[in-house]
Amino acid sequence: MTYQGARCSARVVALGLLMLCALGIALGSAVGSTGIESWFSALHDDTAWQIVWDIRLPRSVGACAAGALLGLAGALAQGLFRNPLADPYLLGSASGASLGVAVALALFGGNPFAAEFLVRLGLTGAAFVGAVLAVLLTLVLARGVQHTLRLLLAGVIVGVVFGAVASLITLMRPDVLQGMQGFLLGSTSFIGWNACVLMLGVLLVCLVLAFALSRVLDALSLGESTALSLGLPLVPMRVALVCVLALATGTAVAQTGLVAFVGLAAPHLVRSVVKTQHNWIVLLSALMGGVLLLAADLLARLLLSPQEMPVGVLTAVLGGGYLLWLMYRSQTSRAAP
Amino acid sequence: MLKRINAFCRVALLAVLGFSAIAQAVVLRDDRQVEVTITQPPQRIVSLLPSLTETVCALGQCQKLVGVDRYSNWPESLAKLPRMGGGIDPNIESVVAVKPDLVLMATSARGAERFAALGLTVLALEPRSHADVQRVMRIVAQALDVPVQESDRVWRHIDAAVNAAAQSIPSQAKGQRVYFEVSRAPYGASESSFIGETLQRLGARNILPASLGPFPKINPEFVVRAQPDIIMVGDSNFADMATRPGWQNMQAMRTQRVCHFKSEESDVLVRAGPRMAEAARLMAKCLTEKAEAHKAKGAP
Repeated sequence: MTYQGARCSARVVALGLLMLCALGIALGSAVGSTGIESWFSALHDDTAWQIVWDIRLPRSVGACAAGALLGLAGALAQGLFRNPLADPYLLGSASGASLGVAVALALFGGNPFAAEFLVRLGLTGAAFVGAVLAVLLTLVLARGVQHTLRLLLAGVIVGVVFGAVASLITLMRPDVLQGMQGFLLGSTSFIGWNACVLMLGVLLVCLVLAFALSRVLDALSLGESTALSLGLPLVPMRVALVCVLALATGTAVAQTGLVAFVGLAAPHLVRSVVKTQHNWIVLLSALMGGVLLLAADLLARLLLSPQEMPVGVLTAVLGGGYLLWLMYRSQTSRAAP
Repeated sequence: MLKRINAFCRVALLAVLGFSAIAQAVVLRDDRQVEVTITQPPQRIVSLLPSLTETVCALGQCQKLVGVDRYSNWPESLAKLPRMGGGIDPNIESVVAVKPDLVLMATSARGAERFAALGLTVLALEPRSHADVQRVMRIVAQALDVPVQESDRVWRHIDAAVNAAAQSIPSQAKGQRVYFEVSRAPYGASESSFIGETLQRLGARNILPASLGPFPKINPEFVVRAQPDIIMVGDSNFADMATRPGWQNMQAMRTQRVCHFKSEESDVLVRAGPRMAEAARLMAKCLTEKAEAHKAKGAP
């Protein structure tokens, strides 16, 4: 997919997005069930302080970090598979995570030993383990990363099968249904500082690795045979990128549940404003994803305040709407230049 | 370094001050198998599960509730309390904002770890059977510093009312075979569910055996084959029941021996809480009326 009118410099866009992130986090600390007055009373009121510092800030920073992880993963997936429809959940990590959560929830009601063990591991741990296992299974089924098509198909198969097993568990244990639904909708409201630090750490590692390995994405965009003829160590670089992709997605999914569309939309939005190499695209996609999820989280808290909307619903509406508008605009400008 | 000394002093002070309080502290094991220590009788309670809200009120502690989930709707005095989301999406911020000293929630709900991390005392309980209602009531009573005798008295009252409901059913209305539909998938309530236990005590038979698990997802064909004498269902599921393939020819459907409950009645029926006697009365009324209607029709 190509867009017209992409003339901004990557640095300017990065700066702009960073500022948007900062603005969003600042706004995020002021919006919630009570509104900005908590902000003013935070200095002398312990509860207000707790609300701003321990609930709103980690939640906003966490939403930004989770969005960034998804945006980064989306850019990697679209580059790796040379497919504009690729999204971070492509290798089965989403269904793997849901299966992990379903199993954990089903065992919660079971024997006390399992419950005690799982409480310690937590739903987030279960989701992460599930996501990583699903990607590993995809890699085994595809017998490595050499064949893009085989990898794609294996990812789809693992996704469908794991999803079906998760549905089966939910069907057998209807008391799990509620918890599963909450996970599938995606939510940023349970993020604490620990989760934030974890996500930011993983994000940093993933960004550095992706930035370093982005040459292979540039090479791949010229076609597989060209990439090979450039003399890059294609296989190990691809394996590393798939690992980064899995790590980023698994971490985000484990903390926030299935947040739709951020990973798909962020790279497209970036490419619509800048034309640049993959190292910048990866970085900017991460920032764009962060801004997108942060904005959705803000709206989720604001629209029905003091109640909340599931953030996953809003990302789909926001990202989807904007993408649709971009497509429409680029089409009409091409039709009548 | 200064911070450490400060922290140490605080701990030492707390330890000294705490000795008297610890003597009265209650340690309870909740349904997550977590040991919860309650140092002082809570005065500000948030409940995020309707049956727990009702349990608190049945123990006469309703006035201590400062927030409930959006599904808690009994007793009516709760109407003015702030709503704090539901089981899967508790609104963390608004719960913290009311400064509760105890949060009651289901084990299946989310956010328990988050509340604990924010320094709130969480008691996660999940009543699923008649025995659970008594057990959970005792735990809540201990947590709220209500004497156990009082909770046992409330329980005996409920238990006696269930027995009374059972005795109110004429003998010819006993032994009817019942299908209780919980949701449209369809999920039914089996003998091992909370609802099944009530039905059993009312002398009704359940078409779904305990071996299927408490709320099995069944094949609609199973119900047609089992030919229940009476169907019990919520209003919202009743609407399209007759359009299910083969169902309109079922004996119970043709003779209109279907009890459909209003949504507030359904709330009473499905919650494993102190209103189980009311649930028993609703079911007893259904069993009696439908048996008599059948007799009146069958007599001439």
